[in-house]
Amino acid sequence: MDIHEYQAKEILAGFGVPVPRGGLAYSPEQAGYRARELGGSAWVVKAQIHSGGRGEAGGVKLCRSPEEVQDYAQTLFGRQLVTKQTDANGKGVYRLWVEAASEIRQELYLGFVLDRKSERIMIVASAHGGMEIEDLAESDADSLRRMVIDPAVGLVPFQARELAFSLGLRGGQIAQMVNVLTACHRAYRELDATMVEINPLIINGSGDLVALDAKMSFDTNALYRRPEVAELRDRSQEDPRESMAGDYGLAYVGLDGDIGCIINGAGLAMATMDMIKLAGGEPANFLDIGGGASPERVVRAFRTVLTDRNVQVILVNIFAGINRCDWVAEGVVKAYREVGMTIPVVVRLAGTNVEEGQRILAESGLPLHTADTLAEAADIAVGLRQKRAA
Amino acid sequence: MTILINETTKVIVQGMSGRIGQFHTADMMKNNTNVVGGVVPGKGGETFLDRPLFNTVREAVEATGAEASLVFVPPPFAADAIMEAADAGIKTAVCVTDGIPAQDMMQVKRFLRRYPENRKMRLIGPNCAGIISPGRGFMGIMPPHIYMPGRVGIVGRSGTLGYEAASQMKALGIGVSTSVGIGGDPVNGSSFRDILQLFEADPETDAVVMIGEIGGPQEAEAAAWVREHMSKPVVAYIAGLSAPKGRKMGHAGAIVSAFGESAQEKVEILTAAGITIAPNPSAIGATVAQVLGRRAAA
Repeated sequence: MDIHEYQAKEILAGFGVPVPRGGLAYSPEQAGYRARELGGSAWVVKAQIHSGGRGEAGGVKLCRSPEEVQDYAQTLFGRQLVTKQTDANGKGVYRLWVEAASEIRQELYLGFVLDRKSERIMIVASAHGGMEIEDLAESDADSLRRMVIDPAVGLVPFQARELAFSLGLRGGQIAQMVNVLTACHRAYRELDATMVEINPLIINGSGDLVALDAKMSFDTNALYRRPEVAELRDRSQEDPRESMAGDYGLAYVGLDGDIGCIINGAGLAMATMDMIKLAGGEPANFLDIGGGASPERVVRAFRTVLTDRNVQVILVNIFAGINRCDWVAEGVVKAYREVGMTIPVVVRLAGTNVEEGQRILAESGLPLHTADTLAEAADIAVGLRQKRAA
Repeated sequence: MTILINETTKVIVQGMSGRIGQFHTADMMKNNTNVVGGVVPGKGGETFLDRPLFNTVREAVEATGAEASLVFVPPPFAADAIMEAADAGIKTAVCVTDGIPAQDMMQVKRFLRRYPENRKMRLIGPNCAGIISPGRGFMGIMPPHIYMPGRVGIVGRSGTLGYEAASQMKALGIGVSTSVGIGGDPVNGSSFRDILQLFEADPETDAVVMIGEIGGPQEAEAAAWVREHMSKPVVAYIAGLSAPKGRKMGHAGAIVSAFGESAQEKVEILTAAGITIAPNPSAIGATVAQVLGRRAAA
């Protein structure tokens, strides 16, 4: 789960990371008011969306007067901001962060991630921050410093000092960096984060370290024990179909094609999408109904897939282990009748209770297309799609 | 011999009396699995499915000599259950639970390292379908009838895609020695490489099917090991050729976040290591048949 920059800054500040003074605004007037409240002569206005690349997309601006802050805020509110990390629809801007401008002497990069190789938290840092880590890894790989943290002892101060010196920091900055690293690590551990990123971490006009931007993501599996994190969720930043599906216990990812997919298991779902593509079609979505799916959950899966108006054919592929083909078949029949299906449905069932499932489909008298194998199911679905297009 | 489990392996089930634990334990017993007891804290001394229940894994191991444990414990308590099994002297634990926090698994992996090699527990999963040696026992949630006994090993992240492979092989008359689901989480107990090592050493396995997917470094690690150490042929399929970058596809671990983690890149890495790639998910069985045929002819 992602959160906004201002929320990440508040969290990290609570652990002791220095951040610039700022205020949140829900309207242009409030943005202007925040600038006056903060005082000074320059402010940075930052669109709060769950995406990087906001600067290049026109979502961040340095303003020289409260009026300029308000005018710029006027242009941002309600806009869909399209960055290189969002899809073509972009993300809606409903909150702005207004911050006292900082003088920047140097920009550093600092990130905490779960390293899947060592299966531990890894710090990634560079003395040359400001750009995205992917670009940094490509253009300036030598500047990257990596350090793995042992979960049994946590981040040991000497590691933090080594890292601080290797980034070229000096004097009081060393103690400041040790403090920032320790704070980020504690935030990561204590709140079940999956990522903490400060980019840039700047050296300001007085030579002090300040987090100019901040990003945090959290482990959704751990939200049950982090209610204070769970409440930071902002549904306006999510794809409405994906969040609806999630509420139903379905894993759904919208794609660009027109063959809707209802599958059990993430691997089989990806394999079915690959097979559709190979047969000459394009999948409209990834959808995993999960284990032990009731007929009702199957109906919800149909409803979710059908919210995508591009869908021309639905392909159901179930290989039941912990699932039951008879329940899935009941769900297919129920969905077909309840939603008033107008597009063809291809069903392939295998595994637990398959005979019973096939009998339910056959006895329903519905014009369902059935298949015995994955390849056959994909071929039928793509054939039906092409017939509809012709 | 098979790997990890056969008809003599003494198995306990942690969380046996839950709805899911009960259903699958009964299925395991019907299919030759030597289930010797269950662990349900607070129910020690009772009998369930004709087997004794124990309060702790240690008691269960002392009373039954159990070597393997299947963990059907809900996510908030699963890491604790796994560590309990490790400390009680269980040799192999299989954890089916989906939704364990990643930091809990980091802790589990670190905990397992406190034991010397000869009494270190091997963990399979979590978020996996389990392990099965067809006809000789299984620990997990898979439908046992789709597997035919034989001499090809299967190792995969995805449960249902593993079923797909096994049923394609059965349709062609190719049986399975053992099938192992390693699970879809970013931090998991055993990697592809760990399981390939076991298959390489197993005299009853002639070839291995490896079913990977987008995300993570484990397929590439396995490829490097295969190139250096594996004498048996390996067939692989990687799911997610059509998956977009940066989107998580269901499994917490199925996301392309670094170089070498896309399906296309993994296919290239595996091919370079001499692994035969099944070009699509419907061709897994046929590709295995082809490789076995070549081996028989040679």
